[in-house]
Amino acid sequence: MDVLALSRLQFAVATYFHFLFVPLTLGLSMLVAIMETMYVRSGDEDYKRMTKFWGKLFLINFAVGIVTGLTLEFQFGTNWSRYSAYVGDIFGSLLAIEATAAFFLESTFIAVWFFGWEKLSKKAHATTIWLVAIASNVSAFWILVANAWMQHPTGFVMRHGRAELADFVAVITQKFAILEFIHTLGGAYLTAGFFVLGISAWHLVRKQETAFFRKSFRVAAVWTLVFALFEIAQGHMNAEILSQAQPTKLAAMEAHWETGRNVPMNLIAWPDAAHERNAVQGLSVPSGLSLLATYSTNGEVKGLKDYPAAERPPVLPVFLSFRAMVGLAFLFLAVGLWAFLKRHTITEQSRFLKVLPWLIPLPYLANELGWTIAELGRQPWIVYGLMKTSDAVSPLSTGQVGTSLVAFFLVYALLGAVDFYLLFTFARKGPEAAPAAAK
Amino acid sequence: MFETIWFVIWGVAWAVYFMLDGFDLGLGTLFPFLAKDETEKRILVNAMGPFWDGNEVWLITAGGVTFAAFPRAYAIMFSGLYTPLMLLLFALILRGVAFEFRNKVDSAPWRATWDTCLVAGSFLPALLLGVAFANIFQGLPLDAAGLFHGNLLTLLNPYGLLGGVLFVVIFAVHGALWLATRTEGDLQARAGYFATSLWWVEAVVAVAFLAMTWFSTRLWQHVLAKPVLLVLPLLAVAGLLLTRVFAAKGAWWKAWFASSALILGAVLFGVAGLFPDLLPSSLDPAASVTAFNAASSPLTLKIMLGVVLCFLPIVIGYQVWVYLTFRDTLTAESIRKGPAY
Repeated sequence: MDVLALSRLQFAVATYFHFLFVPLTLGLSMLVAIMETMYVRSGDEDYKRMTKFWGKLFLINFAVGIVTGLTLEFQFGTNWSRYSAYVGDIFGSLLAIEATAAFFLESTFIAVWFFGWEKLSKKAHATTIWLVAIASNVSAFWILVANAWMQHPTGFVMRHGRAELADFVAVITQKFAILEFIHTLGGAYLTAGFFVLGISAWHLVRKQETAFFRKSFRVAAVWTLVFALFEIAQGHMNAEILSQAQPTKLAAMEAHWETGRNVPMNLIAWPDAAHERNAVQGLSVPSGLSLLATYSTNGEVKGLKDYPAAERPPVLPVFLSFRAMVGLAFLFLAVGLWAFLKRHTITEQSRFLKVLPWLIPLPYLANELGWTIAELGRQPWIVYGLMKTSDAVSPLSTGQVGTSLVAFFLVYALLGAVDFYLLFTFARKGPEAAPAAAK
Repeated sequence: MFETIWFVIWGVAWAVYFMLDGFDLGLGTLFPFLAKDETEKRILVNAMGPFWDGNEVWLITAGGVTFAAFPRAYAIMFSGLYTPLMLLLFALILRGVAFEFRNKVDSAPWRATWDTCLVAGSFLPALLLGVAFANIFQGLPLDAAGLFHGNLLTLLNPYGLLGGVLFVVIFAVHGALWLATRTEGDLQARAGYFATSLWWVEAVVAVAFLAMTWFSTRLWQHVLAKPVLLVLPLLAVAGLLLTRVFAAKGAWWKAWFASSALILGAVLFGVAGLFPDLLPSSLDPAASVTAFNAASSPLTLKIMLGVVLCFLPIVIGYQVWVYLTFRDTLTAESIRKGPAY
């Protein structure tokens, strides 16, 4: 493999791994903040125990999210130096804003929250977890604005051989960025919802701490249903913007080859890129794709054949990832709906409760599939239409990148194993016993 | 104009990072020597517990400032110093999780494993950053296209290595002083003993480094050309001497602040001596990466200045509040009762 392939693989490893931890941070921080607020409002000690129990799992997950995030900021410079020099004027600024406006807040107050139980008033303490939750989400905003700029560059001029900022407001308020942000948050909140539902179900089946986990379950059931609905409704808005901003990605997601109107949506297909067609396709919804992408059955949708083969993304993985992600989204909706409807009599739903822990990995999978579509679907561009990934890589040797790639595999495998082991252990252990005074 | 302001912000971000993370990197380095049993180990870890993460964000900020304000410098520095930066990254990763993991499983080998990560993950960054900055001070083998002609061994020259040793020793003293401010009894006495003993090493290495700087770099020439800048090395020397004076009296907080002044003075002296170079070239002065040839567009520099002026005072405000909130003395009792790593 050459430096480009190794660097791409390294970026994929670092990013996929980082994003195993980010969604739970974004969602669980909100849920823990809600639980602590319920404690402050009601004085109910169960909510305090919930805050501490879910908060402990939150912290175990958070630690790996933080340290692997460090890698990403480094990597643009180490492995993608030509990219960094070419677009740093815009992209670098967004990362720097993230650090000063959000990451400082998050990293400082997570410690205050953990160490400050006795030192702060109840309200002040609850405020610190809200600061962490808000800062994590604001942090995600800036990172996703930066990513959205790679997907759909705007507000810039080409000057001095690089992209320079021309309109800051256009960069941070572009529709692509806003949609990408809320779509990512929706996925993250679903991840946290399934995490809490699954672990609560595991304990409810075993009739351990039933009152405690019923309360946790109820909070998470409402939360999960809301965001399952939100994610499906909102996800559909992305199709429209892709048809304008990244037609090659949309065409790859749908294995759509010929530009046309009244384009059907094939629920089943197997793209054959070599022959620029689908080897198999079926279950067509007439004009379905036109309708989704343009809100008109007669709308035109660009096909892959309109673009030179060298400017198309790899169709098969993008297509399959999209199919799988959407399928999962509907499964999440069904599970969320059932959990919500049965939330008051959940202890009687023993079969459902037995299945729920096994569903915890699915939102993680959906998140990674989403990023696969976003990043692989943007290829061969690193900045869509502006810079090719192959022109962005640093002048390094294969020895350098090969060595660091192996090191990433080893260190991340270790971190992943340890972190999941700890999450399992503490999730199964359950909350600390209720204090005697509460009896 | 904006380039100069950003050069100053760049230098200040690094200086503040070294001042803050310096004590917890130093404390991590001295960990096996300072803590005799598990209780003391936990006191040591918790002495930096509420702070290390917030401190490390200053590194992200220093990196972010480089990326945003001087993207070409960021690109050349990070790709040119690829291997040392990867080592730094892995060290910081393993160190960061060690805090969270070490006390999660009740097993001696488990703790020993994460303690090793903590120590190596504290020592290596101090050493690597010292080596990197000393090499930047004396110039990197960069050609006009910004290509780095060298490897890890290129950086391990006498001046670079002395810079690495200097950082390790300065941080160790800084960390020992920090521990003395937060503890009592035996542990405080031991921390104080380490601080005062290591101070002599610190003084010798610092003087040697300053002398070698005269021959290996052009920092002194630059600073002497603008005598007002001499206040920076003077601040460093005053900080060094006062560290010893206060430590001898057992005035640990004052000694720690003096040590902070040493770090700020020393780093800012180096930065001021570089100006306008961010990465001087040892091959050809014309190939140097400067605040002017690496800067972002005026619009970006303006907007980012607004961002920094708006947010950094807030950040400094709440970080000071955190330091004040968690300034109490740690004891075996407080570790056992309170929330602690």
